[in-house]
Amino acid sequence: MKIHEYQGKQIFREYGMPTPRGFPAMTVDEALEAAKKIGGKLWVVKAQIHAGGRGKGGGVKVAKSLDEVKKYASSILGMQLKTHQTGPSGQKVRRLLIEEGADIKKELYAGMVVDRGTQKVVLMASSEGGMDIEEVAARTPEKIKKVFIDPAQGLSDADADEIALGIGIPQAALAEGRAVFKALYKCFDATDASLAEINPLVLTGNNRVIALDAKLNFDDNALFRHPEIQQLRDLDEEDPLEIEASKYDLNYISLDGNIACMVNGAGLAMATMDTIKLFGGAPANFLDVGGGATAEKVTAAFKIMLSNRKVKAILVNIFGGIMKCDTIANGVVAAAREVKLSIPLVVRMKGTNEELGKKILKDSGLPIISADNMAEAGKKVVAAVRKKAAPTAKPKKKARSAPKRKAKGKKKKK
Amino acid sequence: MSILIDKNTRVMTQGITGKTGQFHTQTSRAYANGRACFVAGVNPKKAGEDFEGIPIFGTVADAKKATGANVSVIYVPPPFAAAAIEEAVAADLDLVICITEGIPVRDMVRTKHRMQGRRTLLVGPNCPGVITPDEIKIGIMPGHIHKRGPVGVVSRSGTLTYEAVGQLTELGLGQSTCVGIGGDPVNGLKHIDVLRMFNDDPKTEAVVMVGEIGGSDEENAARWVKENMKKPVVGFIAGVTAPPGKRMGHAGAIISGGRGTAQEKLAVMEECGIKTTRNPAEMGRTLKSVLK
Repeated sequence: MKIHEYQGKQIFREYGMPTPRGFPAMTVDEALEAAKKIGGKLWVVKAQIHAGGRGKGGGVKVAKSLDEVKKYASSILGMQLKTHQTGPSGQKVRRLLIEEGADIKKELYAGMVVDRGTQKVVLMASSEGGMDIEEVAARTPEKIKKVFIDPAQGLSDADADEIALGIGIPQAALAEGRAVFKALYKCFDATDASLAEINPLVLTGNNRVIALDAKLNFDDNALFRHPEIQQLRDLDEEDPLEIEASKYDLNYISLDGNIACMVNGAGLAMATMDTIKLFGGAPANFLDVGGGATAEKVTAAFKIMLSNRKVKAILVNIFGGIMKCDTIANGVVAAAREVKLSIPLVVRMKGTNEELGKKILKDSGLPIISADNMAEAGKKVVAAVRKKAAPTAKPKKKARSAPKRKAKGKKKKK
Repeated sequence: MSILIDKNTRVMTQGITGKTGQFHTQTSRAYANGRACFVAGVNPKKAGEDFEGIPIFGTVADAKKATGANVSVIYVPPPFAAAAIEEAVAADLDLVICITEGIPVRDMVRTKHRMQGRRTLLVGPNCPGVITPDEIKIGIMPGHIHKRGPVGVVSRSGTLTYEAVGQLTELGLGQSTCVGIGGDPVNGLKHIDVLRMFNDDPKTEAVVMVGEIGGSDEENAARWVKENMKKPVVGFIAGVTAPPGKRMGHAGAIISGGRGTAQEKLAVMEECGIKTTRNPAEMGRTLKSVLK
């Protein structure tokens, strides 16, 4: 789970991490009020979206007067902010963070993740603040200092100091640097974070070390023990289809293609997407229905897949091990009927009661295309989409599209 | 022969009284020598009771002492599963197979740290389990798709493993042992560990290695294969089409910071002499093509 920067900073403060004074604002008036409360002559107006790269996208502005605070808050709030992480359509800005300006002497980087190789939490820091850590790792890997943290001992003073000195924090600020790294680990550990990043971490003119940014992601599997963090979830930042899917315990991720797929198991679901691509198609989503594909769950999955307007065909791929193919077939038939499916549906089922399942699909009278293996399923679904898209005689096309429009209009009225 | 488990393995089920634990204990017990193999259950609140004739003990140590069980399978819910693994490790079992999905990463980091220097091996968590066909099945995989034979299978996935096994069996190629190592980022045995065991197992003649996006375990295993493996290995990696930064179902299946892509893994595997396929329907035939 991701949260906003201002929420991350609130959590940081609970662990003793120095951050600039600041307040969130949902409106221009709130932004002005926040700036007045902070006082001083320099403020930073920061767009709050879950994606990184906000500064480059024009979502972070330094204001030198209250008028400028007003000006920037008005222009940033409601803007469609595009960064390298938002995708081409960008993300609408609904919240701001108004902060006091900082006297920056040096920009640094600090980050924390679970390192899969050593299976330990790793603290990474660099003297190259403000840059993507991946970029630093690629260009100047020697500038990244790392320490792998013993879970029984936590981050030691000696290790924290070595990192601080390694990234150019001067002796005069060493105690501050140490405290920041120790607070970061304490916070990471206590909140079950999966990623904690401060970019930039800054050294100020009077040798203070301050977290100018805060990026915190949390381990979804641990949210059950952090109700306070669950409350920070901002549904506006998430894909509505993914939210809807999670209500039915479906694992769904939107993709760019036009062939939807529904599969049991995450690995098989990815392999199914790959198969669609292999035969020249493009998957519209990842969807793992999990172990119990009941009629209700399959229907919910169909509705979610079909609410993506780009979808031109559906591929269902189920390896029925413990789950029986006839149960799945009944679920698919019921779902197809309920949603009045009008696009090609290819079903590949394998495993227990396979023949019975295929018979149910055939006897349903629905135009379901059956496939015996994954490759055949991939070929058939790609062919079905091409056939549909192929230019047919013009009058035919008109005749086809006209009633469709009508049907859509009817639906809306209802 | 086989690796990790065979008909002489004696198994206790931690979490035997839950719905999942009950169901899969029943199916595992019904498979091959299951009736003789599944000898104990563990539930601290139900010591002295039994599940369909399988005695339940209060602790792993008690179950081991009373029945001689040397392997445990865990179906305990996520908040308590890491502690269940630690209990089995403390009782010096040979092997723990943790099926549970959804264990917090922080719990597993601590558990793995405490396992250092201990003799107990861990498979999983978030895995389908381990099966040695016609001998013993420990886990949630469908037993009937398997067949005894010379091919080792190691995979991070569940149903995708069944897919590989199904293809092998259809081609008449049986399996020595199939190991699901699980889809979590912090787990027990890795591809490399299982490949080592298959290399030493006289009955395994070739191995199918199934991986997915995230981490660099497949690359590490491939480099080891290049230097040490005496048997042919073929591979498939799921997630060529997975977008970066998105967790694809499994907690460990995520491309982060541009690392852990399927393309990168496939390239290293091929460089190291592992024959790969981009078509998951061809896993079985690819293996057949490397058999002498």
